[in-house]
Amino acid sequence: MTIRIRVPYDERMSNGIRIEVNGEPRGFTGETVSDLLHELSLTTDRVAVELNLEILDRQEFARRRLQQGDRVEILSFIGGGAPRCRNHEEGGSYA
Amino acid sequence: MHDDRLVIAGREFRSRLWVGTGKYKDFAQTQHAIEASGADVVTVAVRRVNITDRSKENLLDYIDPKKYTILPNTAGCYTAEDAVRYARLARAAGVSDLVKLEVIGDEKTLFPDTAGLLEAAKVLVKDGFIVLPYTNDDPIVAKRLVDIGCPAVMPLAAPIGSGLGIRNPYNLKIIMETVKVPIIVDAGVGTASDAALAMEYGADAVLMNTAIAGAQDPIAMAEAMKYAVHAGRLAYKAGRIPRKLYATASSPIEGML
Repeated sequence: MTIRIRVPYDERMSNGIRIEVNGEPRGFTGETVSDLLHELSLTTDRVAVELNLEILDRQEFARRRLQQGDRVEILSFIGGGAPRCRNHEEGGSYA
Repeated sequence: MHDDRLVIAGREFRSRLWVGTGKYKDFAQTQHAIEASGADVVTVAVRRVNITDRSKENLLDYIDPKKYTILPNTAGCYTAEDAVRYARLARAAGVSDLVKLEVIGDEKTLFPDTAGLLEAAKVLVKDGFIVLPYTNDDPIVAKRLVDIGCPAVMPLAAPIGSGLGIRNPYNLKIIMETVKVPIIVDAGVGTASDAALAMEYGADAVLMNTAIAGAQDPIAMAEAMKYAVHAGRLAYKAGRIPRKLYATASSPIEGML
């Protein structure tokens, strides 16, 4: 079931909608996930997008429209083996 | 050694040294160390993109996914549920079904939570992933992971980043005898001899990050690890002499005055 929320025309034009991206609230005047990635200068082939906990296929980026209150997570690969061991970071060494 | 390729789930790997990409000074150093190590599999983590600083470079600008097999991990996940979520995000961000599955049990030791690991492995194998699980040096858990459908197991040598070397060679030996899939010794290696030893015991590959990235000269250590893994593999295949308590003369007695 889709619940449609009416957004006053002038408000949409001036401020866009409010969404949350990677935990930070922000305004958004575009329409789709692709628009958001473009706005953030992110290359679509290197990121994963989770929209309200649903992981999107890349082909969906251009189709999925964002709505007021949506929570978007954008992730990509970073250097990693494993997180640092706490002891290690505290400088504790053995032997 | 040209035909001595490592095959996992139908994929061929040239190098028996796999490396992580964390803890380096910068991406350039990461790139140089990986080149010096000769590794063709590199592990990466999946994290939120920095959206406030868009100038930040991407790791994949330095590590060409066409040249290397990118192996995403689920590092930092403490529950099966989280690990499954991160594995799926990694698949969405990348191009393959490979995942190095980690379910961490404790922040201080970073030992695997093997109950959570088995649970997550089951879900991901069913979901079509090629699951390479980071596990404890426990032969029974290794067997369970293979039974679930993991095409390789990655038992630890010692806690992640500890550099303590192989703490329990006997368990590793039992794992190698118990399961018939490739064994990749993962985590705890401190220096080249540890890596060589792992290979001499019969490990199929070694994965490390801190031992290289944390060395005073990471590039030189990466090269040392390349030779160590290669030497250890050759020695394993050559078959070592048995240990004996007393001497056996190398020079003949015959012909002496």
